[in-house]
Amino acid sequence: MSTDIKIKKGLNIKLKGRAQNKLSSINRSKIFAIDPSNFHGIIPKMIVKVGDKVQVGDAVFYAKQNEQIKFTSPVSGVIKEIVRGAKRKILKVLITADESDSFNDFGVKTPDNLTALQVKEILLESGCWAFINQRPYDIIANPSESPKAIFVSAYATAPLAASHSYALSGKEKEFQVGIDALSTLTEGKVHLSVDGSSSSFLNDMNNATIHRINGNHPAGNVGVQISKIDPINSGDRVWVVNPQDVAAIGNLFLTGKIDPERIIALAGSQVSDPQYYKVTQGTKIIDIVKGKLKDRKSRIISGNPLTGTSVSINDSIGFYDDVVTVLPEGDHYSFFGWMPFFGNNKFSMSRTFFSFLTPNKEFDLDTNLNGEERAFVITGEMEKVMPIDVYPMQLLKATMVEDIEKMENLGIYEVAPEDFALVDFVSTSKIEAQDIIRQGLDLMIKEVG
Amino acid sequence: MDFIRKQLDNIKPHFEKGGKYEKFAPAFGGIETFLFVPNHTTKKGAHIRDGIDLKRVMMVVVIALLPALLFGMWNVGYQNMGDGHSFWDYFSFGAIRMLPMIIISYGVGLGIEFAYAILRGHDVNEGYLVTGLLIPMIMPIDLPLWMLALSVVFAVIIGKEAFGGTGMNILNPALIARAFALFSYAPFMSGNTVWVADSVADGVSGETLLGELAGNIVPDTSVFDMFMGYMPGSVGETSVLMILIGAAILLFTGIASWRIMIASVIGASLTGLFFNAIGSDTNALFNFPWWQHLLVGGFAFGMVFMATDPVTAAQTTKGKWIYGFLIGVFAILIRVVNPTLPEGVMMAILLMNVFAPTIDHYVIQGNVKRRKKRLQKVKA
Repeated sequence: MSTDIKIKKGLNIKLKGRAQNKLSSINRSKIFAIDPSNFHGIIPKMIVKVGDKVQVGDAVFYAKQNEQIKFTSPVSGVIKEIVRGAKRKILKVLITADESDSFNDFGVKTPDNLTALQVKEILLESGCWAFINQRPYDIIANPSESPKAIFVSAYATAPLAASHSYALSGKEKEFQVGIDALSTLTEGKVHLSVDGSSSSFLNDMNNATIHRINGNHPAGNVGVQISKIDPINSGDRVWVVNPQDVAAIGNLFLTGKIDPERIIALAGSQVSDPQYYKVTQGTKIIDIVKGKLKDRKSRIISGNPLTGTSVSINDSIGFYDDVVTVLPEGDHYSFFGWMPFFGNNKFSMSRTFFSFLTPNKEFDLDTNLNGEERAFVITGEMEKVMPIDVYPMQLLKATMVEDIEKMENLGIYEVAPEDFALVDFVSTSKIEAQDIIRQGLDLMIKEVG
Repeated sequence: MDFIRKQLDNIKPHFEKGGKYEKFAPAFGGIETFLFVPNHTTKKGAHIRDGIDLKRVMMVVVIALLPALLFGMWNVGYQNMGDGHSFWDYFSFGAIRMLPMIIISYGVGLGIEFAYAILRGHDVNEGYLVTGLLIPMIMPIDLPLWMLALSVVFAVIIGKEAFGGTGMNILNPALIARAFALFSYAPFMSGNTVWVADSVADGVSGETLLGELAGNIVPDTSVFDMFMGYMPGSVGETSVLMILIGAAILLFTGIASWRIMIASVIGASLTGLFFNAIGSDTNALFNFPWWQHLLVGGFAFGMVFMATDPVTAAQTTKGKWIYGFLIGVFAILIRVVNPTLPEGVMMAILLMNVFAPTIDHYVIQGNVKRRKKRLQKVKA
């Protein structure tokens, strides 16, 4: 059973350096890192000490808010260092990896025979709970709640995004068992959205309602799909899981072991041979990009160019990211760069560049802001890239002045920062919309919960 | 340009924190950012950004204004001298009178903007790039320069900076300048002598078409002349053809709202039709064909360049339709039935500027109610 959904608003940004459908491995890193800042709002409490031995799946720290939520090691090895910053905040946990992995065994189980409580317990114990995020607020789900539905978006529309069906090929069985496990956690449905133009195995999954999505970015954003399928009301909880993490959950039930390997795309115009790699979670960026970049001064982003995080080569790949993007840094001046119809190597939603004449061209965009921050002036541009039924500009303004009632009325529960990524992009006044929404959501967590 | 960049880099430290001209940093920034799009990179949020910025938007509007401006200069000469002169005679006659107005407008306006930026310590905003050209284009060509300067001062300080600068103003600053001049110096702003340069000295009478109609005289200007703009009026407003070229640029680039433009034409047409249907023996404007209303006076210029100002217009999609429609309605309503003002476009736009936030409020309430209804349905 499947339904077709067409999303009209949005904008596809075509960038140079898309990953080719080619998979390679990278050499195993000597040191892995877990970065608690990947888990928004989580305050880590250490379980292990420096020098402790850990296996894959052994808990390293838990969340101060809820000690049931544990975060486990992606490799077996020895805890090398706990890097702390100001006020002893834990920045990173470094693990020296063994030659080969040994696994903590959680036992083979069939989700169909288990209750929601039992499934939760296994996920929490194995650290797989961190895969489950909740909307509203875009944070790790609260295990004591029950969501009205669970959404998995296997349709990637962001620029340079990794293809989910490519990354999941060969993992049909794991993915199905993962869906089965998730379906025990909700009274409602598991919604799986797939690329409406392809016919991958994802169309034939059981235990889930399939939605075939067509449209420009952000059609692949799970928040957009939720708003079209089963919008979030005040008080609702909806959970979302990334497709590869669903397969990892499936693997846990099938083999009793957690699967820390992910297929990631290394993409962007500054990568000499953009393609897919098999990496272990917590792998350092340097081990992924070494020898594969061009010379130009560039920025490495864990995630896609719209929502990713700028990282240094010593950071690790983000826990939820399946793409590492490398773009040229744009710290240059451009003489009369604002002159309309000049500078046509740039991309714009407007037609103030002649680049609109080549709609299929792949652009080599850099990280220049292409202007300066200004007050809100231009209207209507944000609405063009916002398929969710909210007024983006009014919601942003309400959020900036922290008017909680207005934020609620205008639909703050229905959005996540990533849904405002294109607003960031198109804004003539260079408004930092994702940042504003993130702060607004944090305020709502504090005030409303 | 490397040379200019080097010079700027050399003096830049003086304007940075701790430098000797620290206070003037906004002024330096304003000039620097005019010459070079800065090397700022994305810090938060999306790592790549659309190529557009506010300067580019404003420059597109300035480019869209050029056809009307150039034609208007020519027309100033043509209206004064009549037939039988060369193109350059007409054009230079107009240019000599228009350029000082543009220089005064930009000079005074940008001077105030820079002063405010320095006093308040914020960036110089680009909004005045367009306003500064709009103001001379909607004033009578013979307006004394000091009156123009005072109007600019009033518009920028009371109309814009008092509200917090570009993006915060409620009323269109260019129209505030015109309204200020109209109410302060009425003899210089209306009547049958102001619309043609040097008309008193030369004995050329130049009533605008709407002025004649208001005086119950049926004008003998042909429709072709109305469309092409061969008639007296302010520099920007007369040529519908040139304004349409500008409109095409604005709509094609996606800068201005086509909804506002279309809605205002619909509103004006329906109102014109309404008055045509009633008819009147004493007011020639009742019988003036509804579609010719769209060709005369400041209607086309106002709808394309003033009503679409994103800051003062309605901001929601539905709101833009309502806002544009009502501007059209009020423009014709004021024209036809108000005996004191022959032209109603300025007043209609200013009036709707005031009501734009109200329109938006009700449009957004629709969204809020939809959300609340959904919640109630789930709870029930």
